[in-house]
Amino acid sequence: MRHFFTLLRAELWKLLINPSTYIAAFLFLLIMGFLFQLILLEYANDPKEESPSVTFFKLFFVPVFFMVPLLTMRSVAEERASGTIETLMTVPVTATEVILSKFCAGYIYYAALWAFTGSFHYLFFSFVQEDSIFDPYPIIGGYAYIAISGTLFLSLGIFASTMTRSQLIAGIVSFSLVFGFIVIGSYLDELALLWISQPAWVDQLAQHTDVIQHSRDFSSGIIDTRAIVLYASCSLAFLFLSILVLEYREGGA
Amino acid sequence: MEKQEPAIEVEKLHKRFGKLDAVNGISFQVEKGQIVGFLGPNGAGKSTTMRILTGYARATSGITRICGIPVACNPHEIKRRIGYMPENNPLPNELRVREYLKLRARIKELPMRHRAKRIDEVMERCDLSRAQDRIIGKLSKGFRQRVGIADAILAHPEVIIMDEPTIGLDPHQVIMIRDLIASLRGKMSVLISSHILPEIEMSCDRVIIINGGKIVGQGTPKELREAFITSTIYELEINGKIASLRAALVPIAKEFEIDQFSKADSCGFSKATIRIPGVHDCGEDLISCLANSSDLRVRSLGMRQAPLEDVFLAATRRSWETLDTDLAKDELQPGSDEPAETEISATS
Repeated sequence: MRHFFTLLRAELWKLLINPSTYIAAFLFLLIMGFLFQLILLEYANDPKEESPSVTFFKLFFVPVFFMVPLLTMRSVAEERASGTIETLMTVPVTATEVILSKFCAGYIYYAALWAFTGSFHYLFFSFVQEDSIFDPYPIIGGYAYIAISGTLFLSLGIFASTMTRSQLIAGIVSFSLVFGFIVIGSYLDELALLWISQPAWVDQLAQHTDVIQHSRDFSSGIIDTRAIVLYASCSLAFLFLSILVLEYREGGA
Repeated sequence: MEKQEPAIEVEKLHKRFGKLDAVNGISFQVEKGQIVGFLGPNGAGKSTTMRILTGYARATSGITRICGIPVACNPHEIKRRIGYMPENNPLPNELRVREYLKLRARIKELPMRHRAKRIDEVMERCDLSRAQDRIIGKLSKGFRQRVGIADAILAHPEVIIMDEPTIGLDPHQVIMIRDLIASLRGKMSVLISSHILPEIEMSCDRVIIINGGKIVGQGTPKELREAFITSTIYELEINGKIASLRAALVPIAKEFEIDQFSKADSCGFSKATIRIPGVHDCGEDLISCLANSSDLRVRSLGMRQAPLEDVFLAATRRSWETLDTDLAKDELQPGSDEPAETEISATS
């Protein structure tokens, strides 16, 4: 892992000097700001029990659907299309270093974007009536969930990107994987209605893969280790698969 | 012991892409410090061989060794010993020249204390100092090409593999790169592929000609000429008629051809090219015979060395002929004829 930090630095530098990074960040914050404002308007009309922050985290999948493919589709596919993967894989770096550096650079950017949305909560709590109770735990839980689930979504995206040389295909595959994981994972028990008598294991599995439920749990302060294990193990598995694909296709050591 | 080993060793290398044999059992060696040119028409298997040598692609069968280390067993180790410039010279368009070379120096494990000095040195050698702060994506083709070459020689590799390094360069830059490659002679082993044949001839110690995935000729340019060129060509400037020249030549050679006989210039001299089958030096006989001839006056006479281009064309043509007969026998679908045809027209 000697070159990991060199590669990571180069990846981050490429992100920093690329205008599309800023455009994507602007769009992300615009949409998130808009969503947050809609939530506040809703709350102004009709007071609710849970804090607006909790509702905000329930909508985490909206930006994930478009940000994750946008962020990751370039990573390996672009290098392959432009041919720079050949110069990269013929120097003493390993496929593991390449994949991990790309993943970490993407993750840092993703985390930074979400960190910016922290300002929404700050603004909100600095302008609410003084007698309202400030409860930081849903916010901490919500961001913890974003951080943990981010590893999986980005590793899905990186995996999609290592499979192809076309960024478009990488983007579509990445979207499908993320969409599949969130939507099918959350509604697995309902899909299981197709069975005449629902087997017990489907129910059990559906409980584990319910992404929406996980986000709800975390943002209401329940830190569930089962979810952490699921996201961490799945993201490691997909990163490992990405390394294998890169090694197979580009002959890395 | 290690000193004695060849820098590049290839034994019976095969690479198949589906039904197509891109590389079909080639074997060659490159000694330490040698500069070897790799010639062949498009689709002959040059780039594939080079990719296998760098560990980027896997061979179907066969052995490749770089400095005695088998590429397939230890690809990571051989990557420390090679400087590779791929075909079309891919570069990250968003970085600046110095930034890129700095990154490459770091991942090529150049010691930190030598890094800045070495980067300045290669930029100086490749005439890049003026462009060091420019963005690679905005550079002209010549500059990009030199950035690729600078990257290949950056970390003092033992073996340098360059796929068409002089493509897109102007004559000044070509001379500069030729000098640069010549200055590596004895220190590093260089394998370059190129279509610019005079370039290869001038800078390479040895030439390997490959076609249809097979080696069709290898050796020094002189050896190749002897193997493939079957006639001697003389160029002369002569005052007289073509018929009297023809008559004067009869005692020297039984068979000969006058390829070219230009119109007389203001002094009455014409340029003529004579082709005599077989390789033998008959310059002296020619001079005495033409001097004795009363109605011919000679102003200059010289033997023309067959250009490498002729060797290349002869070697590849010969291999196609055998390929065609093989194909006719096997009734296989011909694959490599088409690109080969275009290559001939491009080089001739």
